[in-house]
Amino acid sequence: MSDFQILIESILQLLITGVLVGALYGMMCVGLAMIFGIMRVINFAQGDFMMLGMYATYFAFGAFGIQAFFGAELGAYVAVIAAAPAMLLFGWIIHRLMIRRVTGTRTAGMEADGHYAQLILTLGIALILQNGAMILFGADLISIRTPLSSEAWAIEPFGESMPVLLFFNKSRVLTALFSAAAIIALWMLIQRTFLGKSLRAAADNAEAATYMGINVDKAHRIAFAIGTAVTAMAGGLLATNYPFSPFVGLEYVIIMYAGVVLGGIGSIIGAFWGGMLIGLIQQFSTLALPTQLQNATIFVCFLLVVMLRPQGLFGRNVERT
Amino acid sequence: MNMAVLKSIRVFFALALAYMVLASFVTNSYYQLIMTLVLIWAIFGLSWNIFSGYTGLVSFGHASFFGIGAFATVLAQIFWGLSPWLMFFISGGIGALAGVLIGFPTFKLRGHYFALSMLAYPLALMYVFQWLGFPEVSIPRVTDNPAAYMQFSDGRIYTLIAMVFLCAVVVLSRAIEASRFGMALIAIKQNEAAAEAAGIDTLRWKLKAIALSGGIAAMAGSLYAVVILVITPQSVFGMLVSAQALTVTMFGGAGTLWGPIIGSAFLIPIAEILHAELGNFLPGIQGVVYGIAIVVLITAAPEGMFWKVRDWLRSGRGETLAASAEETPTATVTPLPARETRDLNPEIVLDVRNMSKNFGGLKAVQDVSFKVNKGMILGIIGPNGAGKTTLFNLLNGFQLPSEGEVYVDGVNMARRKPHELCHAGVGRTFQIMRPFTRMSVRDNVKVGSYVTAKDEAEAEAIADNALRQVGLSHIAHQLAGGLSTKDLRLMELARALAGRPHILLLDETLAGLGKEEAVEVVAVIRRLSASGVTVVIIEHTMHAMVQLVDRFLVLDHGQVVTEGLPQDVTRDARVIEAYLGKKWVANA
Repeated sequence: MSDFQILIESILQLLITGVLVGALYGMMCVGLAMIFGIMRVINFAQGDFMMLGMYATYFAFGAFGIQAFFGAELGAYVAVIAAAPAMLLFGWIIHRLMIRRVTGTRTAGMEADGHYAQLILTLGIALILQNGAMILFGADLISIRTPLSSEAWAIEPFGESMPVLLFFNKSRVLTALFSAAAIIALWMLIQRTFLGKSLRAAADNAEAATYMGINVDKAHRIAFAIGTAVTAMAGGLLATNYPFSPFVGLEYVIIMYAGVVLGGIGSIIGAFWGGMLIGLIQQFSTLALPTQLQNATIFVCFLLVVMLRPQGLFGRNVERT
Repeated sequence: MNMAVLKSIRVFFALALAYMVLASFVTNSYYQLIMTLVLIWAIFGLSWNIFSGYTGLVSFGHASFFGIGAFATVLAQIFWGLSPWLMFFISGGIGALAGVLIGFPTFKLRGHYFALSMLAYPLALMYVFQWLGFPEVSIPRVTDNPAAYMQFSDGRIYTLIAMVFLCAVVVLSRAIEASRFGMALIAIKQNEAAAEAAGIDTLRWKLKAIALSGGIAAMAGSLYAVVILVITPQSVFGMLVSAQALTVTMFGGAGTLWGPIIGSAFLIPIAEILHAELGNFLPGIQGVVYGIAIVVLITAAPEGMFWKVRDWLRSGRGETLAASAEETPTATVTPLPARETRDLNPEIVLDVRNMSKNFGGLKAVQDVSFKVNKGMILGIIGPNGAGKTTLFNLLNGFQLPSEGEVYVDGVNMARRKPHELCHAGVGRTFQIMRPFTRMSVRDNVKVGSYVTAKDEAEAEAIADNALRQVGLSHIAHQLAGGLSTKDLRLMELARALAGRPHILLLDETLAGLGKEEAVEVVAVIRRLSASGVTVVIIEHTMHAMVQLVDRFLVLDHGQVVTEGLPQDVTRDARVIEAYLGKKWVANA
């Protein structure tokens, strides 16, 4: 096999892995986009919501006979779905008890539209979740074991003439399909239903929405709960491939914010592509850079895009002054 | 520095002395360390406050500076044997340089984008230091004359060093608060556009602030490394470090030097003691309790303890801080009698020629020309969306015209920056009021006077004079947060006047005012006009304007509909059509 073929093979392989990982990042970002992009709430605990989603999936997998009934292959994905309602409720309660005090119509008169207060409140929540999880679940790395994560489909795209062999990790393929389906479902919910319309109205102009009879506080709460559940599901999916601990959220919260900003604040689909792009950047940076600098590349790309195209790749309205 | 400044610092020095007396009795080395860390985190919080607290630009990335200072100090001693005494000050320079390098590109961004971009710097640095092969570095022990390398067996000496440093930073913060520097930063926080319109070169001040803030943060990091001995990229560049600056500051209250001090004094001991007492059998309990404390406090007092307590004390003394209720505007359309026609000074001070502005396909302003005589009052009216505010933005440089020229006193000023127009004597107010609610009326106005004032005394004299002109001298020392809409409008007018303009552009100064209040404001504007200031005022209602203006310019869909004397314009069929629609023209 020539050097050229090796290069082609490794580039295509990186592309595949980047797209598969990126789809998952995209789903995380979509969850944050509901909260930060649309409702303009700065949530630093989003990574920890994801961590909770990972543990919820882990325990759902072990409990309720899911693993026994559906088997280890399918069971993990059933567990992700089973954990989602719990995370939806969790997001709803967190908003009802705490977040609503520093968001929506309450922010009038607060400095920086309440962003200071949101930031510090969610930092507090993040600290409680990280350390609480350590007390409850321990600090060890755990993972959801599914045989699929070590199996792959091998494909020879160019046939006999050019022996290039590409691997599709089975678990990652399923995960990417799952996240694509979840995002399409969410997009339909937002675009087509009355609920989605009231969410968009509340996000666009809270005051005008109030006059139109929309309960803005409730709309925010629903968006917050959905955002929490979507990111948590992405976490559950990630857990099938990736060992995690209570402090895993810190790593991903940056990726999520980078993805949302890259895609354009305010755009759900944009956030997905933003996350996808980050997955690709991360994979391709391995061509030229040592692994320790992979994440640094994400930040550099993030900075470049923010400076050259601050409205993001897909966003339209940059700022509402 | 005036008496109030000295007094507040006296309180701080008394507390500092008490703290040191307490520290001198502590013999347990762990508690000595806690007492030092309280001070270091307070300094770090203060450095964050100098930048983010005063300018309102939230930095999630102050760990960049902290970490650079810490690593510079440790590595310089490892590789070159440089003493931390020296590196402490060199770190300040490195931090300031890092501040400028980070600030220069990042200041292009606003709001969320700025805050999030700042987050990326320390994390990128963290990975770079890991990659460079410094997963953990420690200060080499020096046996020969350890004091020359800032190494002491008695932990209380570190507490003393940190306290001296803290005192210096507090004095510096207080001096900034009371200076033109602080006022400029606060003006930027209030409304960056308004600050620029008031003649402040915002980029320059922001760079100064981040350089100073970065320098102090790096020095805090340097001291931290010396005290804690072992550092890792995670422990000095990590997100928790950036969070620490915000947490202590916002817990105590942002925008005041007391905030970081109060926050640090409460939170650091709680966290450390919990860690020491319970950390063995409940790892993470410190974080949980710390988190709960933050959540409870922020839900009860979202602006921080300092402001909560201060507002509570003030309300007890009857100085209300309640936001002013929006007064109901009167809905009368009865035209008031027009002012008498007067002869205009033939000198033209503002000459607008063929001004146009397109936003894509939308022609917001089309071929608008008009002349303004010295000392006259020109009213620009038109329905919502007629292009009035866009026209003002073109006149004072916020937006660049697609075509056309603006002559101010015969000099073409089209396409100049807002602060240049301000220096050329064009002042303006804004449709949306942005007072700095926790500052006195006088300080609000003082911000505007720095355009021409050479020193503090002159700035104060100009501010007092401006307040007298609008008739607000009697409430000069009240907080702006408690003012009525009318007084806020007058205060903004005074702020524009403080720049000593000879042409004033007023954007909907009468909006939201009741009938009597409008009459009062009209009287003030007339007085200004009589004193020689030329006034151009935008309004979309006509009734109060008829009493005020010498001439009207009517805009609709970005074009001049008509121009003329008030009594003629109000009877013009085209004007009535623009306002009320076609069917009213027949009835008029």
